[in-house]
Amino acid sequence: MKNRKHINLKTICPLILVLMMLSGCERGLSDEAVFATFPNTADIYTDSPVGLTDEFFKSFDPALGANPEGFGTDDNVAFEGNSSIRIDVPAPGDANGSFVGGIFLDRGEGRDLTGYDALTFWARGSITATVGLVGFGTDFEDNKFAVNGPSIRLSTDWRKYIIPIPDPSKLIQEKGMFVFSAGSYDVLQNDDPAIGTSFDDNLGFTFWMDELRFENLGTIAQLRPAIFSGEDLSEQLFVGSTKEIDGLSATFNIGTGDNVTVGSAPSYFDFSSSNTGVAFVNELGLIEIVGEGTTMITAQLDGVLAQGSLNLEVLGSFVGADVPPVRDPGDVISIFSDAYTSVNNLNFAAFNDDNVQIQTQSFNGDQIVTYDNLTFVGLGWDGTNNVSAMTHLHLDVQLSSSANPALTVQLIDFGADNSDGGGDDTGGGFTIPSSELIEGTWVSIDIPINGFTEATAIFPGSPNLNNIARVAFVSNGSSFIIDNVYFYRE
Amino acid sequence: MDKNLNKIIGFLVISCLFIMSCTTDENQTVVTFTNLVAEDNFDVDGQINTSFWNFDIGDGSEQGLPGWGNNELQFYTDRSENVTVENGFLLITAKEENFNGAQYTSARIQTKGKFQQRYGRFEARIRLPFGQGMWPAFWLLGDDSDGNIWPQIGEIDIMENTGDAPTEIFGTVHGPGYSGEDSISKTYTLENDRVDTGFHIYGIEWGADYINYYIDDVLYYQITPEDVNEETDGQGTWVFNDRQFYIILNLAIGGNLPGPPNAETVFPQTMVVDYVRVYQ
Repeated sequence: MKNRKHINLKTICPLILVLMMLSGCERGLSDEAVFATFPNTADIYTDSPVGLTDEFFKSFDPALGANPEGFGTDDNVAFEGNSSIRIDVPAPGDANGSFVGGIFLDRGEGRDLTGYDALTFWARGSITATVGLVGFGTDFEDNKFAVNGPSIRLSTDWRKYIIPIPDPSKLIQEKGMFVFSAGSYDVLQNDDPAIGTSFDDNLGFTFWMDELRFENLGTIAQLRPAIFSGEDLSEQLFVGSTKEIDGLSATFNIGTGDNVTVGSAPSYFDFSSSNTGVAFVNELGLIEIVGEGTTMITAQLDGVLAQGSLNLEVLGSFVGADVPPVRDPGDVISIFSDAYTSVNNLNFAAFNDDNVQIQTQSFNGDQIVTYDNLTFVGLGWDGTNNVSAMTHLHLDVQLSSSANPALTVQLIDFGADNSDGGGDDTGGGFTIPSSELIEGTWVSIDIPINGFTEATAIFPGSPNLNNIARVAFVSNGSSFIIDNVYFYRE
Repeated sequence: MDKNLNKIIGFLVISCLFIMSCTTDENQTVVTFTNLVAEDNFDVDGQINTSFWNFDIGDGSEQGLPGWGNNELQFYTDRSENVTVENGFLLITAKEENFNGAQYTSARIQTKGKFQQRYGRFEARIRLPFGQGMWPAFWLLGDDSDGNIWPQIGEIDIMENTGDAPTEIFGTVHGPGYSGEDSISKTYTLENDRVDTGFHIYGIEWGADYINYYIDDVLYYQITPEDVNEETDGQGTWVFNDRQFYIILNLAIGGNLPGPPNAETVFPQTMVVDYVRVYQ
């Protein structure tokens, strides 16, 4: 009997489905479709991993410095029960990698987290160090709903940490259960990425996490989302360019009365453009500029208007600078050009005054940098370069402001110690005649390598050329588009 | 005349409601006073009903209480941007603005001389603001027309909250021997809920020799002359059988209790009141 009933059901179900599909053709099946639902398991780690992949912990790439050896569990320490997650954060210079970080993934197809409002866990540290990243939504695939909580300060006693979910209704099938990353503790607060040795006095430490789960606290409230870090920006861009919406966050007031701001992936937001004939925004927060005119870019998160906006003025299509000539690689040291292999990790503002607005755009694979309202800015990169065998510095400049332009190009040499300061730095400048700066027109400037004779604010002029580390631009508030900054020899 | 008519109509309406909802009322052990004698449901948009409410205006200096006795930072006004009725709700809004020497404006309204009563059930349905420095309150002060002064006249704080603690409210009494920092108070913490995301009913049931404090359907505190005696080592006097009290609703900014707003405090902030009702 049981079997027969079973068979009947099996037969009937597809028939019904077929009928539904047939009858649904005119109305559209989507009205009738029922979304697959996924388990809403809350727990991630109690005394053991809950519903996670067999490997449990998936480390960030060791090639990037992640230390996969620092992760484990500890059966002697627990906030509740008899086990906790134990992270041993290495000291600087550890052969296995300098930080510990990675993700926990759901072992199934993902979880339905729509019924929760926060990720919570308890943690304690061997010292009161800081864990740089805790969050969820990172799955090492699309990271579509990644949330990065603020860095957390550990206590030597157990403390509860709360990471709000920006908009739970988006998380119908989430695999990224947890993400964390921790580096050595900067006890003296003197870490400076520009000075590698400043990390040497940092300490390794241990921290434990327990009772890691999603919860519906009911006390996560007062959502205040932001785009562009909450700033109202105005920019001029060209047709065919794109711009990423950055500075995405969601601030909540949690039950303790504290405000907690989490970095939120673009997919939590609904973006809008007031004039889609000028620009539109995709779900990844990329603005695509398609026509002339003006438009206002705004966003909402869970129905709440985000602080911050972009007022875009699109003037037309962009005409790039002339492509530099093909040269023997030995005849070029390129700082910024798509025509040559350039220096590593170029920073378009290694130093700058506060008022300059800096943006980069790409057109047909050619990146340009724009400095609006420029007083001073310095390009920096990894290492230094010996340009003494070169004959010229080249750059392409287009003035984009009107009145009384001024532009001085400066070189800064870090000296034999190859580092900023140390008493052996030199520098000097070359002022481009203002008559050569023409609004809306690219001009090529070729400065003889020994032409940087003018004194700068710090240096007397005529820098050494063996350890060049910065190319700086000094102006009077004029605006420029710049491309193809390179040394060459004829 | 109008007021009385309103009261009668209100009483009839509320009586009907209670008759209809008596099944839940039977379970609501906190309620023993059911005879509605006054109410403002804030049903008429615009200025508050001045036949029921008075405005307290200023920073307290004119009343001889600069900072309203607590070093509060706001200047109270009767401007619509600080106090108005909209869509059936009383809105008391605190703003950050330079105004008559103060950094903030807000509002405080009270019923002195217009509605006063000894004993009964006083309740209001309120959604509170949030953020460091907020200090909303629904409270009663004793009538001082006989020349007595605070704390002799007594103060019953039905509900107070500080915006840095969005899950906590507290009920307090002040009287001779137990005022200010020495007042007698109890904090109630909401579970899985907050005071600024939805409305809650805050109330007392007050009779001879007792005051019961409740939030929604939870009775969380009873205070009696014995408690005052115990808390003050016999020094305090129960002053809540003596006189009529009037109602005050206000949103203070800063002051001794919450401390000043900080950079994270969001302005403006609004205390939203659905109704105030008094039963005997």
